Amino acid sequence: MAQIFAYIAHKNGVVEDSAAELAVAAKKIDAAAQVTAIVTGSGSTLDSACQGAAKLYAQVWKVDNAALAYPNGEVVRKALAKIVPAGSILLVPHDTFGMDMAPGLSIKLDAAYAADIVGLDGLDGATLKAVRQEFAGMAHTHVAIDTAKGAVLTLRPGSFQPDGAGASGSVTDKSGDAGDLSAKRRFLQVVEAETGDVDITKADVLVSVGRGIEDAENISIAQELADAMGAVVSCSRPIVDAKWLEKARQVGTSGKTVKPKVYMAMGISGSFQHLGGIKGSPFIVAVNKNPKAPIFQVADVGIVENILEFMPAMTEKLG
Amino acid sequence: MEILVCVKRVPDTAENEISIKGDGTDIERDDLVYSVNEWDNYATEEAIQIRDKVGGSVTVVTVGDSESEEILRRQMAMGADKGILLADDAFEGSDGRGIASILKAEIQKGKYDLVLTGAQADDGAAQVGGMLAAMLDWPYASLVNKVDVEGGKLKIGREIEGGNQEMNEIELPCVLSIQTGINEPRYVGIRGIRKVASVEIPSHGAGDLGIAAGSVGAAAAKVKRADYFTPELGKGAEILEGSMEEKIDKLIELLKAKGGLK
Repeated sequence: MAQIFAYIAHKNGVVEDSAAELAVAAKKIDAAAQVTAIVTGSGSTLDSACQGAAKLYAQVWKVDNAALAYPNGEVVRKALAKIVPAGSILLVPHDTFGMDMAPGLSIKLDAAYAADIVGLDGLDGATLKAVRQEFAGMAHTHVAIDTAKGAVLTLRPGSFQPDGAGASGSVTDKSGDAGDLSAKRRFLQVVEAETGDVDITKADVLVSVGRGIEDAENISIAQELADAMGAVVSCSRPIVDAKWLEKARQVGTSGKTVKPKVYMAMGISGSFQHLGGIKGSPFIVAVNKNPKAPIFQVADVGIVENILEFMPAMTEKLG
Repeated sequence: MEILVCVKRVPDTAENEISIKGDGTDIERDDLVYSVNEWDNYATEEAIQIRDKVGGSVTVVTVGDSESEEILRRQMAMGADKGILLADDAFEGSDGRGIASILKAEIQKGKYDLVLTGAQADDGAAQVGGMLAAMLDWPYASLVNKVDVEGGKLKIGREIEGGNQEMNEIELPCVLSIQTGINEPRYVGIRGIRKVASVEIPSHGAGDLGIAAGSVGAAAAKVKRADYFTPELGKGAEILEGSMEEKIDKLIELLKAKGGLK
């Protein structure tokens, strides 16, 4: 029977959605497993996060230390390397914290590492079969993970639907086991994202452009369509990286979370980071010249066309 | 500052449609356009900018085969001073941990202050930088979108959720994984590539690096890809057919029904 641990992400004393998702994932690895939540932090917000975790997990390990007040990946890794027993499976959300902390932890624990898992097919002996994606979501792959000496696994947010199961777990204080938490990386502060002159989070209709726009000069083509529709222009990450639109217009986990009624994905391939920023089940229209673009799997309506021809034609039709 | 940038030759997903071979063993690679991993290109540019500010040199390294030389030359055409190819049959089939072990051995042969990787590559695992740092016992930061050299330390920004930026101070030597958008990578023209075409690129194998056979490669991998497959999808999008005009007419009708058009 596998011993499984789940790292609980929390903010302001509230556990994040991933806490319930990891509990479901643990059952998919081994329904009979003993699953323990590990919650690190400091003071009263940690205590309330532990209470939240105890509603999902039968055992909760609390690690309280002033050095853990902010989840600095370098510090949390040190604590977990001491606390997680050898040979166990640790689940971590594949978010900006998990990506920072988890790969190095697998080395410190001498455990296998598999990242950004989207599906789990269970243990066969010590071999865990999991599903990942490669090539920006354009190919799926089964991977076999040798968990004989333990494993650190990061799970894609949103891939494991919470099953509503509850628990009334007990909290054990493991703070004394964390050891020396000095680190060579010191957290200074969080700089909040700048708000732009347009608030895409309030728009009912978004004309959102991705790589398919090809050039900065073509942004105006999207703006003309948006004007004709009474919509606002937003975009995916590559457009901001290229500095063709400002960061405040970016939809995605590293940008804004939007809740429009209609989302027009123009030349956007549809990475999970992008889709993670679209909430409220809008009517999604995808136009992309690549019929295999992952966006067509989540869109309501798809059109296989080059957006540079499609958008002007639609603008003219509406004019 | 002596900077090492770890780069990888990958199929360019912006230029290719990825399809899976019938037997699921691989993707169709015959007509793929390869290039340097996009994140790595930002890492190289950042290394060059740091060197130009504070002095030192930039070395680019890759674990690959002779075909990977082209991306080393491309990064040298951008301004990297040296290239190193790590190639050996024993490296084939390495998982992320294996790649990190190979890079670690090369790093320990040199004297680097800063090692940069891209935040992720074609397999989307985002793992090698963090593993490498742990193996070296150096501090690490991922998803870095700002680097300032301040004395013997770096002040760095990490991209976190919501477009916020987490500022940190990190000691040298360290490993950073670089996020796209941190800079604007310079354009490399054909003339630039020609200039470095005859520069010799040393190739190091397992023996040169003191890596025991069997400690890397497929045999040592704890994570193995079993196959590629196409998942059974949900219903997916309703694909509108017909001429451009017909598609637009149908879409406008649908949008009116959904409140997307007045």
